[in-house]
Amino acid sequence: MKLLAFHLMPYRPLDLDAAAKARSAWVVLPNSLYDPVKGADEYERHIDLLVYGETLGFDGIGVNEHHQTAYGMMPAPNLIAAALIQRTKKAKIAILGRALPLQNNPIFVAEEYAMLDNMSRGRIIAGFVRGIGAEYHSSGTNPFFSHERFHEAHDLIVRAWTEPGPWSFDSENFNIRYVNLWPRPYQQPHPPIWIPSQGSSETVAWASHPDRKYPFLVTFSPGELVTRYLNGYRDQARKYGYEPSGDQLGWAAPIYVAETDERAREEAKAGLETLFNNYLRMTGEMLIPPGYTSQQSMKAFFRNRQSFATRDNFMSMEHLLANGVALVGSAKTVLAGIERMREATGMNILIGLFQFGTLSDERARRSMERFAAEVMPHLRS
Amino acid sequence: MPAQVSTVTIRDVAVKLHRVGQGPPVLFLHGANGLMQWLPFFDAIADGFEVWVPEHPGFGGSDDPAWIRNIPDLAMFYLDFVEEMGLDKFHLIGHSLGGWLAAEIAIRDRSRLKSLTLMSAAGIRVKGLPSGDLFIWGPEETVRNIWHDQAMAERMLAIKPTEAQMDVMLKNRFTSTKFGWQPRWFNPDLEKWLHRLKLPTLVVWGRQDKVFPWQYADLWVERLPQARLVMVEECGHAPHVEKADNVIAEIRAFLKEASR
Repeated sequence: MKLLAFHLMPYRPLDLDAAAKARSAWVVLPNSLYDPVKGADEYERHIDLLVYGETLGFDGIGVNEHHQTAYGMMPAPNLIAAALIQRTKKAKIAILGRALPLQNNPIFVAEEYAMLDNMSRGRIIAGFVRGIGAEYHSSGTNPFFSHERFHEAHDLIVRAWTEPGPWSFDSENFNIRYVNLWPRPYQQPHPPIWIPSQGSSETVAWASHPDRKYPFLVTFSPGELVTRYLNGYRDQARKYGYEPSGDQLGWAAPIYVAETDERAREEAKAGLETLFNNYLRMTGEMLIPPGYTSQQSMKAFFRNRQSFATRDNFMSMEHLLANGVALVGSAKTVLAGIERMREATGMNILIGLFQFGTLSDERARRSMERFAAEVMPHLRS
Repeated sequence: MPAQVSTVTIRDVAVKLHRVGQGPPVLFLHGANGLMQWLPFFDAIADGFEVWVPEHPGFGGSDDPAWIRNIPDLAMFYLDFVEEMGLDKFHLIGHSLGGWLAAEIAIRDRSRLKSLTLMSAAGIRVKGLPSGDLFIWGPEETVRNIWHDQAMAERMLAIKPTEAQMDVMLKNRFTSTKFGWQPRWFNPDLEKWLHRLKLPTLVVWGRQDKVFPWQYADLWVERLPQARLVMVEECGHAPHVEKADNVIAEIRAFLKEASR
């Protein structure tokens, strides 16, 4: 199994009480709550923690893109990727991923990925996403055209990587007179493209298409949904007439390992609950702006939310663990959870979120060490 | 007399059209919320006028063609519409997004227009004074911000839409997003052509409008050569509903004057 260590880089010194007064931890969270001195420390520690992933033997380390939020301090994930390249030798650097529809000229993404690929001598994994709904509020990008922009940007980037330039590109949203990439990517024909997703059927059909066969990663979802989406990908691939490999199927989840289940739960609780209740807190209007999904999906979402609003929607660790959103426990428990998912889906990519919410470096490190020593060997055999 | 409802096809787009009354024609262009219900306002104007209320492409019972991508496209479509329908010497009234649309139509071709009435109109922006964010407000918050009179808001909130109405609301919201998300509810090129609109113009605004604050009305009046302002006190974003009597009287008087 391919194992990656990943963080969102949350701003942990956040004053949670003050942040709770804002409509959301995204878009409108007052940036007066950000202290650059503490923030500088955070960047240093988060980068150290990711680098430690290579030391411990992970196949790769991952970063991603979010804007105007305490949830993640990486609006420009390629900057962090560039720093990681300088500090590592072997590990893949997975950018999971750049939000293509937010770009006005997607060539810049093609260029940056190509630079990173050269600088790392081919260690880059290029993730493409649409970005979550809140990014459309932060960037001003019209969500109605999100899918269209994503597909056009994707086509432009892949062609820019593979077709000798210069040539011109014409589409509804992007009209580029000269496409002529310097540098070209190091990996040939281009860096692997991975698609992190919340599991929309449109994305499944697109990513699994025989022309692409892009690895599909389900992020932050209840185990039942992860299983459904990954098996949905497999079914779709079979409809296309091929059997997908496990290397096309991935799961991203918060992971915490300690000596015993009890201790793990005690140590992970605050981090996990702040991740889901404080850092990920946003309104439905932010999460799913109109056009970001189909009218059908949006209707279903708001119907569910109506039944949601009547009950306390605080997500406790117990609730999250019962739903299989996260893996918390002894090495044995965590391994069993991974094996269960592997059996249910055939997935062969696991992306562990080893730091989450307010979880301290010290605990994240210990958990990563224990995972490397007691869980990783079983997943290698 | 109840409004006649028909479907007319202009180019490849079927448009649901409501018509009521007799007299000089008045074309009313609805706002981002669509035509969720027939308003007493239409019947009141229809006393002495023929009121046309189409549902815009992308809204309500009309088709939703992908090729109409923005308000300027929609304005060009309406030029086809009025030509095909033989509408001439008509009065144009637009509310909110429909006000924006009315101004875009008028700067392209005002040869058939007798007058222009803009109510709480989108389309231009006052720098440094952003419009209220209809895309970030929650459903209840939106209703409370639309109406100044909170008793009115309560009545609106008490209405539980049917499944079919929910579908229409969602369709309208998607289309409004397409047209209004970025730049938020305006076209940077519109304001510079407003000087060409040399025709009788009425600007109607609610003083407590939380979507487009009253300063937007001042900017319209400043840019439009023959505009008169009716500022409605104690009123939110839908003056023709919230202060119907007052606004109907003002608009009827204006239309009669402009019909001469």
